[in-house]
Amino acid sequence: MSEQIGTSNAAEAVQTESSTASRTGEPLLVVQNLTKHFPVKKGFLIDRTVDHVKAVDDVSFEIREGETLGLVGESGSGKSTTGYCILQLLKATSGSVRFQGEELTKLRREALRSMRREMQIVFQDPYASLNPRMTIGDIVGEPLTVHGLGTRQRRRRTVEELLEVVGFNPEFINRYPHEFSGGQRQRIGIARALALNPRLIICDEPVSALDVSIQAQILNLLKDLQQEFFLSYLFIAHDLAVVKGMSDRIAVMNLGKIVEIGPADDVYTRPKNEYTKALLAAVPVPDPRRMRERKAERRKHKHALVESL
Amino acid sequence: MALLEVDDLRTYFKTRAGEVHAVDGVSFTLEERKTLGIVGESGSGKSVTVLSIMGLVQSPGRVVAGSVRFQGQELTTMKDRQLEDLRGDRIGMIFQDPMTSLNPTLTIGTQITETLRRHRDLSRQQARKRAIELLEEVHIPKAASRLDDYPHRYSGGMRQRVMIAIAISCDPKLLIADEPTTALDVTVQAGILDLLEELREEHDMGMIIITHNMGVVAEAADDIAVMYAGQIVEQATALDLFDRPEHPYTEALLGALPTLEGDARHARLTTIPGRPPDLIAPPEACRFAPRCKYAGMDDCNVVAPELREIRPGHWVRSAHPASERVAEALVTS
Repeated sequence: MSEQIGTSNAAEAVQTESSTASRTGEPLLVVQNLTKHFPVKKGFLIDRTVDHVKAVDDVSFEIREGETLGLVGESGSGKSTTGYCILQLLKATSGSVRFQGEELTKLRREALRSMRREMQIVFQDPYASLNPRMTIGDIVGEPLTVHGLGTRQRRRRTVEELLEVVGFNPEFINRYPHEFSGGQRQRIGIARALALNPRLIICDEPVSALDVSIQAQILNLLKDLQQEFFLSYLFIAHDLAVVKGMSDRIAVMNLGKIVEIGPADDVYTRPKNEYTKALLAAVPVPDPRRMRERKAERRKHKHALVESL
Repeated sequence: MALLEVDDLRTYFKTRAGEVHAVDGVSFTLEERKTLGIVGESGSGKSVTVLSIMGLVQSPGRVVAGSVRFQGQELTTMKDRQLEDLRGDRIGMIFQDPMTSLNPTLTIGTQITETLRRHRDLSRQQARKRAIELLEEVHIPKAASRLDDYPHRYSGGMRQRVMIAIAISCDPKLLIADEPTTALDVTVQAGILDLLEELREEHDMGMIIITHNMGVVAEAADDIAVMYAGQIVEQATALDLFDRPEHPYTEALLGALPTLEGDARHARLTTIPGRPPDLIAPPEACRFAPRCKYAGMDDCNVVAPELREIRPGHWVRSAHPASERVAEALVTS
C-alpha cells in the first residue's frame, strides 16, 4: 500500500498561500482513524443490537488546499458515509476529523454551524436534492439566509452572480427546478454549494446521473471553479475514469477500508493492491481492440473479488 | 435470411403538446449469432426501438409505420396472442433494473418455471429440474438450494443472472438486453458481460444490447448503431466505429468520455453545446445541425441527410462525415 502525502503539483503550489492551516503546516483536512459502525438490530418491540456493520473502518487521509482527492469504490464501500462523517452529518463512532486545524467531532452545534460555511456538499441526484417548491433563487440563496448574510438586495445580487458563475442564465432566478434538465439542476446545486464561499466541497457522485455530453460540461465547470475560487474537493464517484480526470490523488475504498491511496497516475498505472487491480481491470474501455487483452487481464484478477449472493 | 430486419420503424407518442417522434425511421439488420449494440443518450429512442420490435409499446405510444421481420415473419401486424407465444420463447428479454423486474413475492424457482411452463409442455417436476439447470448455467452457486429463495436474498448481480436464466429458458434465437448492466458495479458488470458472451456462443443467439456506455458496446458488440433524436446517425462494425468515427456526434461523444489513462488532470473534456431537439416538432433538417461545429452556411439547416454508406459497412447520416472533411480540406489547400 502506498501512502503518499501531498506530492501533487497543485498541493505544492498552495503551500506558500497564507492561511491558518498552512501556516501551521497542517493540510486543510486531516482525517484520522475515522470509523463509523451502524448497529444491526433484531427483535420485535424491544430491539437488541446483534451486530455492527463497519461502514467506515479506520480510514485516514488528508486533503491540502487546492487539491482534489478522488475517492473511488463500489456501492457499499463506505465512500458516501465517509463524506457525511467529515461534514458531521453523521456522527463518527470514533476517530478524528480536523478541518483548518480544528477538531470537528467535538464541536458544539453553534460552532459547527459556522464551521459548515467552509465545507459544502454537491449531491448525486439533481432531481432529489432540490426542493421542488422553492425557486432557483431561493435554493441558491438559502445558505446565505440561514447564516444571515447580507441584506435582501445584496443576497439577490450574490445569487445572480453565482448563477452566472456556474453558466446558468440569471434571468431564471424565479423559476422552479422542474423546468430544468438534469445538467442544469446540477449547476444549481453547485451554485448553492458555492454560495458561502467554502474552502472544501465534497462532491458525492456529482455526475453519475447525467448523460456523457452533460457530464463533461459539469466536470469542466468543477475544474474551472476550483481554479477560480481555489477550492479543495473530496470527489466521490464509482466511475474510475471520471475520478482519474478530476483528482490529484486517489483513494480506493473497499468494504469500509482504504485499500490504496496515492498520486492518481501511480494508482492507475501501477496499482499495488489486488482489489485495485481487479477494479481497474473490470472497467470496459471504449476501444474494441484493447478490450480483448483487458478481458484476459480481468480474469486473472477475478480471485480478488467476491461476488456476494 | 437475416435473423431480424427492421425497416423504417416509426413510433410516435400522442401527448397534449403534440406527437412525440420517439423513433423516427430506424432501419437495421441483425444476422444470426451476431451482437448489435445500440448506443445513445437518454431520450434518443434506444429503448422505444426495442419495445417497438417486441410489440410492447403501450398507449399513448403507437408504431405508426415500418416493418419488423423476425426469421422472415412480420411482427408489426401480428396478433397479441401470437406475439405472446413468441416473446419469452424465441425472443428473450432482459431489462435494466434487476431490483424491480423480479416479483418480490414469488420465489426464484416459481418465476423461472412460469416462463418454462407457459411455453413448454413440462410437468412441475420437469420444470423444476430445468430451472436448476438454468441457474447452474448462469453460474449461481448451489443452485438447487437457492431455488426456493425469494429475490431479496439475492444481490443485484445475482438477480440479473436470474433474469438472464429466465430470458434463455426456452432457448431463444434472439436475446434483447436493455441496459443490462447499468445498475451494477463495474466488477459485477464485467461478470454479466462475460456471461452474455458465453451464452450467445452456446445457444447460437443473436443479441441486441442497448446501453449508454461506450465501453460496454466496445466490449460486447460486433456492430454498433449510434442513435440521436430518434434516428440512427451512424452504424458500423465496432472496430471501424471506434477507429474511424464519421458522424460529428459520435466524434463528440467519444471526445467527451473521460479515460483511464493519459494526464487528464488539468485537461478539459470536449463538450457538446446545446441540447437534443424537441421531438414533438423535429426539424426538417439535420437533427444534429444546431449543435454541430461543422454545420455551416450550407444545406445543414434545410435538408435532412439520408443514412448513406460512406464505405463498405459503414453508414452515416451527416453532410460532413470525418473522412469527407479531410478530403475537402485537402482540395481547398
